[in-house]
Amino acid sequence: MIKLIGLVPLFPLIGFIINGFFGKKMGKGLSGAIASIAILASFGLAVGVFMEVNASETKSHVVNLFSWINSDTLKIPFEFLVDPLSSLFLLIITGIGFLIHIYSIGYMSHDEGFARFFTYLNLFIFFMLLLVLGNNYLIMFVGWEGVGLCSYLLIGFWFKNTEYNNAAKKAFIMNRIGDLGFLLGIILIFVTYGTITYGEVFIKANMGGDTVITAIALLLFIGAMGKSAQIPLYTWLPDAMAGPTPVSALIHAATMVTAGIYMIVRSNIFYAISEDASMVVAGVGAATALVAAIIGCYQNDIKKVLAYSTVSQLGLMFLALGVGAYSTAIFHVATHAAFKALLFLGAGSVIHAMSGEQDMRRMGGLRKVLPITHKTMFIGTLAISGIFPFAGFFSKDEILVHVNEYKLLWIIASITSILTAFYMFRMMFLTFSKSFRGTEEQKHHLHESPSTMTLPLIILAVLSTFAGLLGLPEVFHCNNWITEYLTPVFVRGQHIITASHETEIYLMIIAFVAAVVAIVTAYRIFIQASIVPPDSDKGRNAFSLLAIQKFKVDELYNSIITKPLDAVSVGLKYIDTQIIDKVVDGVGVTVSAVSSVVRQLQTGNIGFYIFSMVLGVIAIIFWNVLK
Amino acid sequence: MINTVLLQSAIISTPIEWYILLSATLFTIGAVGVMFRRNAIIIFSCIELMLNAVNLLLVAFSSYHSDASAQVFVFFIMAVAAAEVAVGLAILSMIYRNVKSIDIDVLSKLKH
Repeated sequence: MIKLIGLVPLFPLIGFIINGFFGKKMGKGLSGAIASIAILASFGLAVGVFMEVNASETKSHVVNLFSWINSDTLKIPFEFLVDPLSSLFLLIITGIGFLIHIYSIGYMSHDEGFARFFTYLNLFIFFMLLLVLGNNYLIMFVGWEGVGLCSYLLIGFWFKNTEYNNAAKKAFIMNRIGDLGFLLGIILIFVTYGTITYGEVFIKANMGGDTVITAIALLLFIGAMGKSAQIPLYTWLPDAMAGPTPVSALIHAATMVTAGIYMIVRSNIFYAISEDASMVVAGVGAATALVAAIIGCYQNDIKKVLAYSTVSQLGLMFLALGVGAYSTAIFHVATHAAFKALLFLGAGSVIHAMSGEQDMRRMGGLRKVLPITHKTMFIGTLAISGIFPFAGFFSKDEILVHVNEYKLLWIIASITSILTAFYMFRMMFLTFSKSFRGTEEQKHHLHESPSTMTLPLIILAVLSTFAGLLGLPEVFHCNNWITEYLTPVFVRGQHIITASHETEIYLMIIAFVAAVVAIVTAYRIFIQASIVPPDSDKGRNAFSLLAIQKFKVDELYNSIITKPLDAVSVGLKYIDTQIIDKVVDGVGVTVSAVSSVVRQLQTGNIGFYIFSMVLGVIAIIFWNVLK
Repeated sequence: MINTVLLQSAIISTPIEWYILLSATLFTIGAVGVMFRRNAIIIFSCIELMLNAVNLLLVAFSSYHSDASAQVFVFFIMAVAAAEVAVGLAILSMIYRNVKSIDIDVLSKLKH
């Protein structure tokens, strides 16, 4: 099955081509089915690959597909690396991708761009698979850029709206800024080690020298900052909510944004060697987690709450990476994919029922009308808040335990977790509890979603409940499967928990109690005191105002970067139209003027022509004689 | 039997410069005629004049250097001249049929 790994990205690519050329003619049923079946086939193969990797002795298999770049100094074959890390990601990508495809059949059923949507979704899955399967940094980069492209196409899916287009451009441009760092990192790797194939680089990694390795690690991290929305390149993710909700679920929750984490885990040796780079990663992750959580508490758009929640959770994952707990981060990636996709799809179901309304202040009381959505989202919220025994409890606790060694980071992570529980339940209470606050017209249209939409919700809810089994902690005398499974990927091993078993249990209890306190607080505010966030922002204290305005980061970027660049472009436009165009036109004008003078020679008089011929011959003879 | 020695001395006794001058004069008259005459047939005869001037020069040099190859060239020139006149007169008749005149100033359609 591992030898067939080439088929795994091939099926979505074929789906992309078929839907791309014939999608409109095929009609909605067939085009949705082809796209979903392509992903299902890839998922089936992924399951087979996973089981084979699990059973095999040497965990890492390289499959050569074709010789790609073949010159004297640069030989880059198109190879796939099938090892525990990539096979796990394969399952996540194709599994959750498949569920979201099924969901989209229902969600996008009224949209005229239905076939185009599935074309882009399949293309995205293709590139994401390339990203995780590649055996060298170049293939990863191809996938990296490709998913950025698909993100742009899908965020700006409803392209007739200028604001959505701007959001898509913002996402792509911020990604590109990160990609510059990533590319510099790859080039530095090539210059230092002469190769970019993972195996060869990681064996020689030691010989790079400390500064070079730190530089590589930081440059790669800049790429991760852009792709995985960390400070300072995170502002595109909330804006990316302009895209259809399945896009938000797939790209901006479960898969694309985790590419940065995958990349760092794959390159773990650089971060293991360079302590400084790891600390930077941890610091940035912690800061992002906290800031995003604070902003999330003040958001009124249901999708924006989830967007900031994603940024925050990604921050926690980077925090885990920074302290060296790589398999913990991957564990959190897996659980987060399940419950965040669930939450986004549930939000999509709510928005669908509310005829497009996304403001939570207009919702309320939906639990009677949307029972399945309510119950599944409740499970997802419990998971993300870290309530035992749902998935989030185990993965988040593992992060907290590893981070406990660094007290400041542990405090930040804990506060983030408390805020997470708070704002997630705030979202739940505002959306589903009390009574309906919307218009009469919206009330009439309220309906539970069709089964194509609710079935994936149920499946994801089951996953969110049981995904914790992937990494049961040793404190409970269980085998932490995911740590064991991923160990071969970490050349230098990873961070070991320094806390004793007792401390670990205490930490779990503290985290759990803190989360419950946050939930109770949210309950008291939004249920008992029936507070609804006000429509206007008057009467808020200074800090709240700042948080509502997202700490004015967008405005800051606007004034520092966008406006100066705009001014430069105006200047360049002047040069282009006034100077360069005039020069080019001038050439034409000059030729015209000269020709209107020279034209006078053509009198039509043959005698004159013969006369000039004779003159010419005389001139040539004289010239030759004079020479 | 022609007294070749006498003939030879007679030919050599006239300086070659006279032949060159004569040929040049004829050629110039022909060239000026081609440039400034308006009647097409006159222009043709002026062209013939130029060709004959060159023939004369070639033959003169051939005699003076006792080299017959120049005279062979003269034969070529004569043949070409004959052919060219035939074609030229044919074109001239066609022009006359269309324009009813052989004044070359009338043929100025290539004027800008």
